[in-house]
Amino acid sequence: MDWGNIFGNAIGEIISPTTAAYALAAIGLGVHFGYTGLLNFGQAAFLLIGAYAFAIPTLAGAPIIVAVLSAIICSVIFAFILGIPTLRLRADYLAIVTIASAEVVRYVVTTTGLTDFTGAANGLSGFKGTFAAINPIPEGRYGFGPFMYNEYDWWVRIVGWTLVVLASVLVFLLMRSPWGRVVKGIREDEDAVRSLGKNVYSYKMQSLVIGGVMGSVAGIIFILPRAVQPANYTTGLTFFIWTIMLLGGAATIFGPIVGAMIFWVVLSLTQGILYGAIESGALGFMTTTQAGQVRFILVGVALMLLVIFRPQGIFGNKKELSFSV
Amino acid sequence: MSNLDKNPVQSPAAAVTHPLVKGTVEPGCAKVDPIVIADHVTRQFGGLKAVDVDHLEIPRGQITALIGPNGAGKTTMFNLLTGFDKPNTGTWEFDGKSLAGVPAFKVARSGMVRTFQLTKSLGRLSVLQNMLLGATGQRGEGLFSSLVKPLWRRQEEENTVRADELLARFKLDAKREDYAASLSGGQRKLLEMARALMSKPELIMLDEPMAGVNPALTQSLLGHIKNLKADGTSVLFVEHDMHMVMHISDWVIVMAEGRVVAEGPPETVMKDPAVIDAYLGAHHDTDLGDLMDDGPNPVEVALEAERKAHDAHSEEK
Amino acid sequence: MIAGIRIGPGVRFITMALLALALCLGVVLGSGALSASASAPAPTPTPTSDFTNTLTIGGVLRDDDNVVEGAEVTVEGAGGFSEVATSDDTGRWSVVVPEKGEYTVTIDPETLPDGVELRDPDRVSATVAANEWQTNSITRSFPLGVDDRQTTGFFEQFLQRLAAGLNFGLLIALAAIGITLIFGTTGLNNFAHGEMVTFGAIIAWIVAVLLGVNIFVAMLVALVLGGAFGYVQDWLLWKPLRKKGVKLVQAMIVSIGLAIALRYLYLFFIDGSTKTMNVGLSEAIVIGPVRITTGSVVSMVISVVALVAVGLFLTRTRVGKATRAVSDNPSLAAASGIDVDRIIRTVWVLAGALAALAGVMLGLYRQVSWDMGFQVLLLMFAAVTLGGLGSAYGALVGSIVVGLFVELSTLIIPADLKYAAALVVLILVLLVRPQGILGRKERIG
Ligand SMILES: Nc1ncnc2c1ncn2[C@@H]1O[C@H](COP(=O)(O)OP(=O)(O)O)[C@@H](O)[C@H]1O
Ligand SMILES: [Mg+2]
Repeated sequence: MDWGNIFGNAIGEIISPTTAAYALAAIGLGVHFGYTGLLNFGQAAFLLIGAYAFAIPTLAGAPIIVAVLSAIICSVIFAFILGIPTLRLRADYLAIVTIASAEVVRYVVTTTGLTDFTGAANGLSGFKGTFAAINPIPEGRYGFGPFMYNEYDWWVRIVGWTLVVLASVLVFLLMRSPWGRVVKGIREDEDAVRSLGKNVYSYKMQSLVIGGVMGSVAGIIFILPRAVQPANYTTGLTFFIWTIMLLGGAATIFGPIVGAMIFWVVLSLTQGILYGAIESGALGFMTTTQAGQVRFILVGVALMLLVIFRPQGIFGNKKELSFSV
Repeated sequence: MSNLDKNPVQSPAAAVTHPLVKGTVEPGCAKVDPIVIADHVTRQFGGLKAVDVDHLEIPRGQITALIGPNGAGKTTMFNLLTGFDKPNTGTWEFDGKSLAGVPAFKVARSGMVRTFQLTKSLGRLSVLQNMLLGATGQRGEGLFSSLVKPLWRRQEEENTVRADELLARFKLDAKREDYAASLSGGQRKLLEMARALMSKPELIMLDEPMAGVNPALTQSLLGHIKNLKADGTSVLFVEHDMHMVMHISDWVIVMAEGRVVAEGPPETVMKDPAVIDAYLGAHHDTDLGDLMDDGPNPVEVALEAERKAHDAHSEEK
Repeated sequence: MIAGIRIGPGVRFITMALLALALCLGVVLGSGALSASASAPAPTPTPTSDFTNTLTIGGVLRDDDNVVEGAEVTVEGAGGFSEVATSDDTGRWSVVVPEKGEYTVTIDPETLPDGVELRDPDRVSATVAANEWQTNSITRSFPLGVDDRQTTGFFEQFLQRLAAGLNFGLLIALAAIGITLIFGTTGLNNFAHGEMVTFGAIIAWIVAVLLGVNIFVAMLVALVLGGAFGYVQDWLLWKPLRKKGVKLVQAMIVSIGLAIALRYLYLFFIDGSTKTMNVGLSEAIVIGPVRITTGSVVSMVISVVALVAVGLFLTRTRVGKATRAVSDNPSLAAASGIDVDRIIRTVWVLAGALAALAGVMLGLYRQVSWDMGFQVLLLMFAAVTLGGLGSAYGALVGSIVVGLFVELSTLIIPADLKYAAALVVLILVLLVRPQGILGRKERIG
């Protein structure tokens, strides 16, 4: 087994753009669930919307700033469409409706009727030009050890992690303020907050929009190193983001970031080890495809154990557990 | 219902007048200076009419008790008046402004703040944060201004001073930094009441404020409620403890089976046969003379029993 | 609610539970694994296909719900690379390519079966760009459509869809009643319910197809094992969690974790191909303008019988009445001497058995695959939410609505949006009636 390679790949995941995208999406979900108590099981939809609303205008020739604005505006509109009917509902209904809405948008972009816009099941590609064009890094390969990347890969990483940091700062500023107090109050008991004269519905909507825009921007980062494929936006994606958020601690600033890093490093490690073991014949009964599936079994089991035994996550305060209901 | 029909006939108190009341004292009578006026408010749950109030006025600047057996519709009435539930029919106004159909948060902002029978303390916020949430008109609660601390720091400091005063008054100052979840049931009731006071309401509506509060504290709580009145706040409270009702209320309204069956000053309302009917059922054979004896007041006995049953029930939850 | 507040022992069972569950499934599925993988060497459709080592271009050819076998797809790339793939009996085709380069994918319309055509006859080829290779496998699809839509009248179509919708609605109802009973008695939104459906289908597929036993025997086996699966879940997982005082949202996320674990466990053992339940129930019966298969008739009859049986159980038997009492008010039920834990156990067994039965029939109605339950999970939730969470009759009504809607919507909108349509209806209904069709409002204060 090539341990150097296995660890190299795993370490590389720490700063990979995918990790940054998941971290950002988890920060947004943390605003929803961790701070406001909204059971959003449709975070994948925000990533999807960010991805398509960025890629489609870009492919139509729009400059990058327009494409980014389009992604943000579309996610705000989607948050409103999602929020208006659901934010009055009981928490568990909200979960079902958000997961359903996420599936609806996925079905819609996959439908063959929209092939000209969305590429249907094939998705979209060839939208990286505008982002690459504003890359200030000269061509070449940079870095050391496992962190050797070309100028584009570095550019994606730098932008991605900068956005993660900005989002974290924003969340920090919001949550230490009276605004944050109101949404945390809503998480605990919205009727009580209502009885104190706060427009609960409006705060929930603000929270949904903020977390949703973060998800949408995460959607852009997510596709910059790859193509847009509708199959990536299943409920599975939402559940991974949940796992990451709960891993780090739902109502914490650094939780989602560290959660995303751990998640991807561990996934990469298990993949490397399982594949290595299969190649060396130690796991003769398993194919490499099956090894890929074992990792998802582990994700499921890890999610269960985490929620049962450490619901506050790694960083969460034991007293401030992440579940009030 | 039968109670209402026979009340004016049997009760010699029918012709009584009172300084708070315009005209004679009777269920649904008009007040000299009402702060809340409700008309034809009904609320149906399936086949059950939980609230069916024809006319009700709550006097301004007074302490009004709303009593009645469990299931009388008191909490539902609170929910309706404060916008937490929607009535089937009815209109009501607060301070001259119609509140029918107004959402709960706007009702609260207009100066009518309520607490809940089952406490709603915000467990994973500290006691102080709970209090600060009660303050109104906070600049830092706006999405954009919240990001710039200088915009709201001064106001936050002022609110904190006020919160600390209230906490001291309610003997919760030692718990200031603790999570509200760590408080006892009685302390949560106190916190909820103190939090409601942060907004300086004109009318505070307390749903069973004393349930579960340590008896040693009830005395001082009574003092707080009286102080509220002295500060010009109107109080409407639901309570099963008759000593408290007798002790501090200026006016008592009795509900049974969704209706207002009697009202009046505390001394007389306790002797109203309609009230005894309400608590003991229509077919008892207590005659009025028993009430004048030194023996225990049957209403109080019934109430005491109910309160115990009720407390036992609350503990289960 | 009931997912109570006390701390108890038994938490250590949870880890055991997972192991046992895995083992238990392993034994059941192990027998099927070998023969299954022998018959279907398909590429895996893991949602994130970033992790396979070989580079493939592939896809699935489907005409609505029917797979298209024997169609030829050519993949051509730089350096004269050219390879032809033929779609297999699950409609899949795939080509292993040497490098992450540019390719052209062309389908040969001549090789399509009779009556199946490209929906867009001009779209015979698609391209793969070099910068798309961020994942190791790339999918290209060729939308197919049959041209028989105009040949039958709208009314015939309508009746046909009505029958299909009723059938589908009854299947959903069968599975969804379990969801609603579990929610009613424990407050849990069980996201792993879809996996109980898949479980039944896989068991029936193993027994009926791999072992060649009569389908009705297979159904019975699935029913019994499904009930046992429900029992084991409650025994090893949910009851200890209730005792631990795990909160409802927490429990819901546990069920999501369980769903992920189970789903990939199924995938591990039966791979990603769809399996046809070829058990001789596919001949068509023509009733007036409606053509349905014997399988559909059998499935409708069985669903109705099972639903009536559940209805009688809930209204006539002591245990059933106790179940409703627990749903109404758990603490009151407990106070009046009902053994709440035993009732919940019964509910899990019942839910497991019904879900498994629904799975078998869903397998007959469509096909068997590792994520079939998950695909209908949202429809089941839509059904119970529409009906009002916790109400058994509501679940029935909601399921029929969803089933009819899914099928009837295809008269107007593209078939690949039919699930989306059902979910949109769910959202719209909740706008008007947040507590669902038959649900109750919660009390405040
Ligand atoms: N949301 C609800 N759904 C059904 N019945 C309710 C609801 N809320 C209250 N009720 C019923 O209305 C009646 C009045 O209840 P409530 O106002 O809580 O009484 P009180 O506070 O005077 O004890 C009771 O019979 C109660 O069961
Ligand atoms: Mg009450």
